[in-house]
Amino acid sequence: MTEKMRNLRDGYSSALIELGHQNEDIVVVDADLALSTKTKRFGTIFSNRFFDFGVAEANMMGAAAGFATCGKIVFASTFAVFATGRCYDQIRQSIAYPNLNVKIVATHAGISVGGDGASHQMLEDIALMRVLPNMVVVTPTDATEIEDIIPQVAKHQGPCYVRMGRADSPVLFGKHEDFTLGKAKILEDGNDVTLIGTGTMVSETLKARKLLKKDKINAQVILIHTLKPIDQDTIKKAARKTGCIVTAEEHSIIGGLGSAVSEALDMHPVPLKRIGVPDVFGESGEAKDLVKKYGLTAENIGEAARELVRLK
Amino acid sequence: MYPPKIIKNLQKRALTIRKHVVDSIYLAGSGHPGGSLSITDILTCLYFHEMHHDPKNPQMETRDRLVLSKGHSAPALYAALAEAGYFEVKALNKLRKINQFLQGHPSISVPGVEISTGSLGQGLSVGIGMALAGKLDKKDYHVFVILGDGEIDEGQIWEAAASASHFKLNNLIAILDRNGLQIDGPTEEIMSLEPIPLRWRAFGWHVLEIDGHDIEEILMSFDEAKKSMKPTLIIAHTIKGKGVSFMEGTLSFHGKSPTKEQWVKALSELEQEEQELYD
Repeated sequence: MTEKMRNLRDGYSSALIELGHQNEDIVVVDADLALSTKTKRFGTIFSNRFFDFGVAEANMMGAAAGFATCGKIVFASTFAVFATGRCYDQIRQSIAYPNLNVKIVATHAGISVGGDGASHQMLEDIALMRVLPNMVVVTPTDATEIEDIIPQVAKHQGPCYVRMGRADSPVLFGKHEDFTLGKAKILEDGNDVTLIGTGTMVSETLKARKLLKKDKINAQVILIHTLKPIDQDTIKKAARKTGCIVTAEEHSIIGGLGSAVSEALDMHPVPLKRIGVPDVFGESGEAKDLVKKYGLTAENIGEAARELVRLK
Repeated sequence: MYPPKIIKNLQKRALTIRKHVVDSIYLAGSGHPGGSLSITDILTCLYFHEMHHDPKNPQMETRDRLVLSKGHSAPALYAALAEAGYFEVKALNKLRKINQFLQGHPSISVPGVEISTGSLGQGLSVGIGMALAGKLDKKDYHVFVILGDGEIDEGQIWEAAASASHFKLNNLIAILDRNGLQIDGPTEEIMSLEPIPLRWRAFGWHVLEIDGHDIEEILMSFDEAKKSMKPTLIIAHTIKGKGVSFMEGTLSFHGKSPTKEQWVKALSELEQEEQELYD
C-alpha cells in the first residue's frame, strides 16, 4: 500500500490563511523564503499584513518583536537553520526575555533537507529553543496535525517555536483528531517497550512497532509534538508500564527529544535509548539515503528496542 | 523658537535626572554613567515635552514609543520614567539589586519600558515593527529609537536602516548618541563610522545634526523630523558623562560606578549648576 503524502508546509499555510480570516491581528513576516516556507500564500491574500524583510533574518525577528508589543500575533518564518542559529540572540533578547507573542515557524529542519548539505541541515534547533525560558517548542507530525496545532500556537500567550522538515510526510491522521498543545498522544498500546517519536520520526516508530511484532515484542507508541512543556505524566506512566523507552527524532541526540524525555524521568529512570543524529554534521545526499546512513529508520528503532527488551 | 521658560524647565528637569543617574549608579555599585549622562537631555525632551504618553496608562494604544536600543543607559531611562510618574522615584535607589524590579538593562516588565534591551543592535528593528504596526492600524504615533554610536558597528543596524526606508517609515525617528567613545576607545580608532550622514542618507534616511545638549535644538529637530517623508536620523553630538566634570569625555566612566568621594563631588557640581539655573 502506498502512503498518502502531504507537505507540512501546506498544512501550515492553510492554517495561517484560516487564522488570517478569523483574526485581524495576525501578521506574517518572512525573510526571502516566502515561496519555500509557503507564507507567500498568506501574503497574497492579506498583502497588508505580510512583510518580506529580504535576506535579513535578524532584522525580521526584531521587527516581529516590535509588532508583538503592539498587540499583533506574529508568525515569523524562514528555514530552521537561520531562524534559530543566526537569530539566537535576537530571539533570546527581543522575543523570549520580554515574553512576546512571536511564533517562529521554521521549515527545512533536519537531515532530510538532503542535497543542500550540512550548512542547511539544522540538527540543533530544538536544543537551542528548548533551553530558552518562556519558549514553547513544537515539532508537528503531519500536515493534518499542524493544521490543528497552529491555531493553538496562535492562542498561546508567549513565544513558540514550531519546526518542520522539507520533505512531504506520510499523512497519519484524519481531520481534527484530538491534538492538544502540551499533551502527548498514545498512538498504539503495548507492554514490552515504549517508542516515543516526534516530527518526521513518528511514522518510523509506527513501522518499528510492526517490525517488533514479528519478534513477539509488543511496543507502545507515543507521539510527542510538544517538546516543551513536555507531557511528563504520560512519559512517567509509560516508563512504569513498559520499563524501557526508545526516543526517535530527526535532530542531534544532544538536547532534543531524547534529552527532554530523560529529564522528565529524572527521579524515576528506566533504560532509554536515543535514536537521532549522532554528534556530527550532516552531508549532501538523497533524503532516503541520509536517514539510513545516520541511523534514523524504523530498523534502527527496532534494533534499539530489542536491545532494551533483552536487558530486562 | 521655543519660549525660554520651556527650555529652562527642561534644563532643570535634566539636572534632576542627572542627579538620579549619579545616585542610582553609586548606590548600585555598578552601571554606565557616561552614556546615561550623554542622553539625559534628549530623554528629558522626549518624556517632558515631545512624546504623547500617559504614565497612568502606560499601554495607551496611541502613545508614542521610545526604544532605548543602547540599553546600558538604563539609569537615565529609569530616572526619566520615575520623574514622569511611571513608578516611585525611590525605586531608583534599588537599581540592580536582587528582588527589585529595576534590572541593570531595561526590562519590559518595568512600567513605561516598551521592550527589553541590552544586547546591542536590536532596538532599531523592534522600532521598525512598532512603526509598521502603527501604519497598519492607521495610528499616528511616532517611534523614537535611541542608538549608541558604538552600537551602529552592529550589522543588524544596517539591515534595519535599509528596511526602514524600504517600508517608508516616516513615523520612525532614530537618535544617535554621538559621544565619540566606545568601550575600547574613540569610535574612529576602534571601528570608523564616518561619514555617518552620508552613510545614512545612502540608506534612504533624512539626516539632521544637532548639539545633543542644546534643548532648543533637540526640540526643533523633533519638529523637523516629523515633517519628513522618510525615516529620520538625528545625529546628536554629545559628551559622554555630560554634566560631571571628571566624567566628561573620559573612557573610564563608560561602565564604572563613582567612588564615594567622586559621588559627592559629582552631586555638588550638579547642585551648583542647578542653583545657577534657579537664580
